[in-house]
Amino acid sequence: MIALEGVSKRLGGKLILAPTTLTVAAKTTVALLGPSGCGKSTLLRLIIGLLTPDTGSVTVTGEVVTAASAPAIRRRVGYVIQDGGLFPHLTAGENASLMARHLGWERARIQDRLDELCELVRLDPPLLGRYPVELSGGQRQRVGLMRGLMLDPDLLLLDEPMGALDPIVRARLQEDLKGIFAALKKTVVLVTHDIGEAAYLAEDVVLMREGHILQRGALRDLATRPADQFVSDFLEAQRTPWQSEWSA
Amino acid sequence: MVRVGTVAALALAALLVAPNQARADEARPPLRIGSKRFTESLILGEIAVAVARAAGDAEVTHQEGLGGTAVVYRALEEGSIDVYPEYTGTIAEAILHDTGRPDLATIRKALAPRGLLVGDPLGFDNTYALAVPAAVARSRHLARISDLNAAPDLRFGLSHEFLGRTDGWPGLAESYGLHPSSVQGLDHGLAYEAIKGGSIDVTDVYSTDAKIGRYDLTVLAEDRRFFPSYEAVFLYREDAAKRSPRAFAAVSALAGRFDAATMIELNAKAEIDHCTFAGVAQEAVESRLGASVPGGQPSLGLRRGLLSGILSTIRTEGPRHLALTFGALVLSILVGLPLGILASRGRFLGRAILGAVGILQTIPSLALLCFFIPLLGTGPLPALCALFLYGLLPIARSTGAGIEAIPSSLLESAEALGLSPRATLFSIKLPLASRAILAGIKTCAVINVGTATLAAFIGAGGFGAPISMGLTLNDTTLILQGAIPSAGVALLAEGLFALLDRALIPKGLRLAESQENTPSPSEA
Repeated sequence: MIALEGVSKRLGGKLILAPTTLTVAAKTTVALLGPSGCGKSTLLRLIIGLLTPDTGSVTVTGEVVTAASAPAIRRRVGYVIQDGGLFPHLTAGENASLMARHLGWERARIQDRLDELCELVRLDPPLLGRYPVELSGGQRQRVGLMRGLMLDPDLLLLDEPMGALDPIVRARLQEDLKGIFAALKKTVVLVTHDIGEAAYLAEDVVLMREGHILQRGALRDLATRPADQFVSDFLEAQRTPWQSEWSA
Repeated sequence: MVRVGTVAALALAALLVAPNQARADEARPPLRIGSKRFTESLILGEIAVAVARAAGDAEVTHQEGLGGTAVVYRALEEGSIDVYPEYTGTIAEAILHDTGRPDLATIRKALAPRGLLVGDPLGFDNTYALAVPAAVARSRHLARISDLNAAPDLRFGLSHEFLGRTDGWPGLAESYGLHPSSVQGLDHGLAYEAIKGGSIDVTDVYSTDAKIGRYDLTVLAEDRRFFPSYEAVFLYREDAAKRSPRAFAAVSALAGRFDAATMIELNAKAEIDHCTFAGVAQEAVESRLGASVPGGQPSLGLRRGLLSGILSTIRTEGPRHLALTFGALVLSILVGLPLGILASRGRFLGRAILGAVGILQTIPSLALLCFFIPLLGTGPLPALCALFLYGLLPIARSTGAGIEAIPSSLLESAEALGLSPRATLFSIKLPLASRAILAGIKTCAVINVGTATLAAFIGAGGFGAPISMGLTLNDTTLILQGAIPSAGVALLAEGLFALLDRALIPKGLRLAESQENTPSPSEA
């Protein structure tokens, strides 16, 4: 589904991503994990073509991502960022259906899809008439997710989707996301710095540091067979309840 | 966008085509008489209008009160006026740049290659002169400046400007060997009051000042010809004279019919008695030339009171003023908005564009207006262009700044969705920048309403026409007749934009601004 071949990126002379090779199989959920500045968001941006790699190539659903191919590829990819990235001048419904309207969908089709998505992301349909400022953080995030899912993409990219939420709202949304991933069976790449979130949502974790992938595998493998000291330090630093059991 | 463009095109067309259309309907060739922005020139212009109209072989219009020699002469040269009253000294110095005091024949010879003719002198000289109260002149036997040598005890009160110029008092005193016991500098405006009150005996005047007659002063003859001569003449285009020979014969027949005393009295009727220029001119033509002028108002109509003046200004100048102000505004939007969008594309390009329109902004408005005369003539078109250029900076800058202020995360969201650049511009960038863009347009509109009053200096009409006339005549009522409607339009524009804010700024943005400081609703 996604294949990065020797992809690297420098920004302002600073190495953000060292040459990296990574594949993500269809219908799997992968979490990119690591401290801030490790290059995980950059990797996500490279996948969707918001950044152009300095070396190597990115392939999404069999197509190489270039400036020319990116717009079409993006329509097969849902991209959701922190706080939803909603446009303040559009209502929730208009935000979610922006691309569909741009592509000339009929009104009834749009309405059906919005109803369907409201049920999926558990958003009260009347809230679609509200503007982003009139919604809570969790509601905005759900609308952002609706927007990402509107065109029924093959691939869903989530960049710290719960970064701006308080713990209780966050836990509830995490539960809902897990249900959505299971129901839709899409390919998902999730960027997070929270091990608990990565473990809960993804079967596969990619741990990154300073532009390098340190280790990839199930979280249990990372905990029990760390590739280097940083892996165990990073896992330990977050003091997840099960981590102590595994290392014991 | 398309609709706005149509409105602009129509406004422009209305401004440009309407006068031409009206002229095309007339079989008679047009004759455009110009005048400068001071009483005497305006009266002479009206006199020429009256006699030329009576001749019947031209469609006569008056481009009245053009701002200064540079403007009016350029207008004559490029043919947007055909004739105007001028002074020989001004032609020599300001137009021919000849300081050698050429005589009329030399001036005519110099202007002939430019297709311009100079009529015979009207009969008076408007130059620097010295004046004394008539009673003093009689008792001390003063008729000429050289007579002052016999009366060194007289107190001189001279304007600061006259005292400072080498071709003023210092040169004059040397030339005549004058050594008065008392020479005092004072403001020109106060000189007449001072001489009336008896605190001075001699002052410098322009030889046809309106107050000379009413204050009973005697102008002393300048017997040594120290000052250059400023004889009033009509300056006109040869081609226009051929088109309307009878009208020009009538204007030429004015030569020699106006002595200084007559001109002083005509100036006084306008400045002191507040008669209209047309009324003064009509009466002068009837009494001096014994001709009756058809189609005129009752002679010596008085200028209006404030309220009826304001209403009449709104009726006659309002449409022109609004067309100028808002026509230029629409053009500025049509060009400034895309420029602002371009400027937001790149740092270098942005600086270059904003720098260029910024330079336009630093040109003084009157200079910019004058700059357009050789290109576009006088009247509303150059005024429209100048206003349009002035409007570019506020609109381009606010558009560029508004777009640059959009958080990059939102632009990235638009890109990640797969929105085309065009759709991103119209659905995302412009709505998000709408508050800033509207603020720029509002600034532009308010500037335009004010600056449009200056357009009167190049004959574009509008609310500036009574203002410039009022400044000429030192008539506050007349100034207010233009200033009050102009201020009213500025307020109206403010109100209109408050309404537009509601209509054009997306509700979500307005909510976001009003809720900026209140906590967001809690999770449902």
